[in-house]
Amino acid sequence: MPTKIEKDVISGRDTTGHEWDGIRELNTPLPKWWVYVYLATIVWALGMFVLYPAIPLGTRATTGLLGFSSRAQAMAGFQEMNALHATQMQEIGRMSFADIEKNHDLMEVALTAGRITFANNCQPCHGPNGEGRIGYPALDTDVWRWGGSLDAIQQTITHGIRSADPDARNSQMPNFGGDKLLTPAQIEDVADYVMTLYGKAKTGVDTSAGEKLFGDNCAPCHGAKAEGNRDVGAPPLASRVHLYGDSRAAVVAQITHPRMGVMPNWNHRLSPATIKAVALYVHSLGGGE
Amino acid sequence: MNVSHPKPEADVAPPTSLYANRVRVYPKAVDGPVRRVKWLVLVLCLGVYYAVPWLRWNRGPDAPHQAVLLDLWNERFYFFNVELWPQDIWFLTGILVLSAVSLFLVTSLFGRLWCGYSCPQTVWTDLFMLVERKIEGDRNERIRRDRGPLTFDKAWRKIAKHAAWLFIAFWTGGAWVMYYTDAPTFVHDFWTGHASTSGYVFTLLLTATTYLLAGWAREQVCTYMCPWPRFQSAMLDENTFVVTYEAWRGEPRGHGKRLAAAATAAAPLGDCVDCNACVHVCPTGIDIRDGLQLECIGCGLCIDACNHVMAKTGSTPWLITWDTVARQTAKKSGVNPSLGLLRPRTLIYLAVLAIGSIAILTGLMLRSTIGLTVAHDRAPLYALLEDGGVRDGYTLGFVNKTPRAADFELSVVGLPGAKLILSEISPKPETTATVPMPADQLRTLRVLVQAQPDHLVAGRESFDFVLRNRETGAKTTYHALFMGPVSHDR
Ligand code: SF4
Ligand code: SF4
Repeated sequence: MPTKIEKDVISGRDTTGHEWDGIRELNTPLPKWWVYVYLATIVWALGMFVLYPAIPLGTRATTGLLGFSSRAQAMAGFQEMNALHATQMQEIGRMSFADIEKNHDLMEVALTAGRITFANNCQPCHGPNGEGRIGYPALDTDVWRWGGSLDAIQQTITHGIRSADPDARNSQMPNFGGDKLLTPAQIEDVADYVMTLYGKAKTGVDTSAGEKLFGDNCAPCHGAKAEGNRDVGAPPLASRVHLYGDSRAAVVAQITHPRMGVMPNWNHRLSPATIKAVALYVHSLGGGE
Repeated sequence: MNVSHPKPEADVAPPTSLYANRVRVYPKAVDGPVRRVKWLVLVLCLGVYYAVPWLRWNRGPDAPHQAVLLDLWNERFYFFNVELWPQDIWFLTGILVLSAVSLFLVTSLFGRLWCGYSCPQTVWTDLFMLVERKIEGDRNERIRRDRGPLTFDKAWRKIAKHAAWLFIAFWTGGAWVMYYTDAPTFVHDFWTGHASTSGYVFTLLLTATTYLLAGWAREQVCTYMCPWPRFQSAMLDENTFVVTYEAWRGEPRGHGKRLAAAATAAAPLGDCVDCNACVHVCPTGIDIRDGLQLECIGCGLCIDACNHVMAKTGSTPWLITWDTVARQTAKKSGVNPSLGLLRPRTLIYLAVLAIGSIAILTGLMLRSTIGLTVAHDRAPLYALLEDGGVRDGYTLGFVNKTPRAADFELSVVGLPGAKLILSEISPKPETTATVPMPADQLRTLRVLVQAQPDHLVAGRESFDFVLRNRETGAKTTYHALFMGPVSHDR
């Protein structure tokens, strides 16, 4: 509340009558232009109010004379982007891998499309960056069961492995334990030998029996030096990387009742161009050949 | 100081009106040393402002040839041979901080020198007033014409004045835009209709603001819009040089029967003849004899005006002068005290200024032209290879701040037998990779490091990425981690 409006001694102006700790505020009038500017901003605000969406009506708002809508703007942007994306994906579908790799822009589109598709479809098994886990192959390393070239990867994604697709990659490891092809003791011998192939064997174990059994039973698929055979998807066993684990128990289990993973054929779900993009992405993870 | 002391008349005074009409100021032309210095500063400031965008600077074929260019679109600032990247923005921040401290220092020493001499508002207003005076005449003529009826003479002078103002404003607004784009190209594009929309919009905007602020708003900007007068009082003290009226020898003021009055020794008059010359030249329309005021921009024009009067009356000049409050108080009692330029306040400002300048200069000299950033892949931390090797993935950011393309050499130190794979350049593992870097660019590449570490204690080993510019020899290293399986596990 104004207490005492009086003239300030020094300036000769009225005070507002407000007083704080003995200090009184001068009642200095505002310049007129200031109030005009203030009124102009109100007029401006009213203009915006009429031209643009302003009054919220629950789920909508008044449209405004300009009919502006940020959602419509965003949708138009999406459409434009989708159109561009569509033509680029068409080109990716049409071109050979070598040509795509030479085209920096298309390559960028392909890798991005591949990354997104991978995250939506492949990540649950192979991990967010293709690192894999027990039973699901790592895609970022140099160990490939069926080949790590772009064409081989494309083939695998398209038709899958042991899938419903007639062109699927298909192979079987004999059920050495279940079908009694080998006795449990023999299987243990083979396991002891296999473990020497990747430096995990215990010292002082005689592996000659296992080596002989391996030559007779396993080498036909896995190779005499256990280097693997991509034609039948037989993994290299002289490798540090093992799909089902490298412990002795894991090796014994795999020989006794082999597990054989299944990968779906993606051609029923992804377009050929998208599969190409995913192949390029997987190839870029680090293990591409 | 002479102030009237009206008594509080009643408990409730008649209400003051809420809004005040603007009191038009008609500053009178004045000549003198102060005015001449002000003209000099004006020519210098405007000359620099209008000319700088046209200075050329050869930076080689891949860089712009404008000496001062704020290239917002490509995120580069060029100041002669200094080129600033977005990560150098601290440098501009530092310059701004130092400018502020300089302003504090100058203000605490000499009052509002900035306001009176080099503030853009003052400089352009002064220029606009000069134009106004050339077309409409000096103070009295302008007042007379403005009060008089609308005649042809009045009309053409007003139109000519505003046309001239708009032309200067347009020139000013256009020059501003040229700091952000190549000046000759912009001028050509502007008149052929090919300049960018933002180029036209900003030219128009700055034309409008220059015209309004320097032509119409003038002292209203200093009094009502500018925040600086409101807190500059925190930098002033009794030892600051400000434009001062020497009330102790000016008062009591009076004119007319001066000689007669002076004869009466009982009431001798002061040196001020109350001619109001100081008020008439003041661009903010105030009376310096009322003491230090918020509206006074410290331009000193009243000093020139009064010196003319003092010369005519035969009194000692500099009745209005620059002086400190402390000295004025002392002079009143006849002492002539020393200046108080060095005092804790100014010494602190000076120290901050010196330390800050040295820091910024050192930073600028030591600024490297090569940059490397490294981000290790988060998942997977590593990939195990068939032969037992370990491979880690990194995303490397390479920076070439030189205006020349160059081959950068990337190698790894502290990781025996390590090989690099830059699949985007060549997928072959190599010990030293070559990264071709375009001029003045940044490049991001994924780099795989492959090694067969004998023992990875706790699953990690630290090493350095070393990057070298083969052309200039500039070198930088980045300390990184190599991850792998814990050794006893393998
Ligand atoms: S009072 Fe004097 S110094 Fe202050 S603004 Fe007016 S002319 Fe300039
Ligand atoms: S110009 Fe000098 S003499 Fe004239 S009124 Fe101002 S202070 Fe007094």
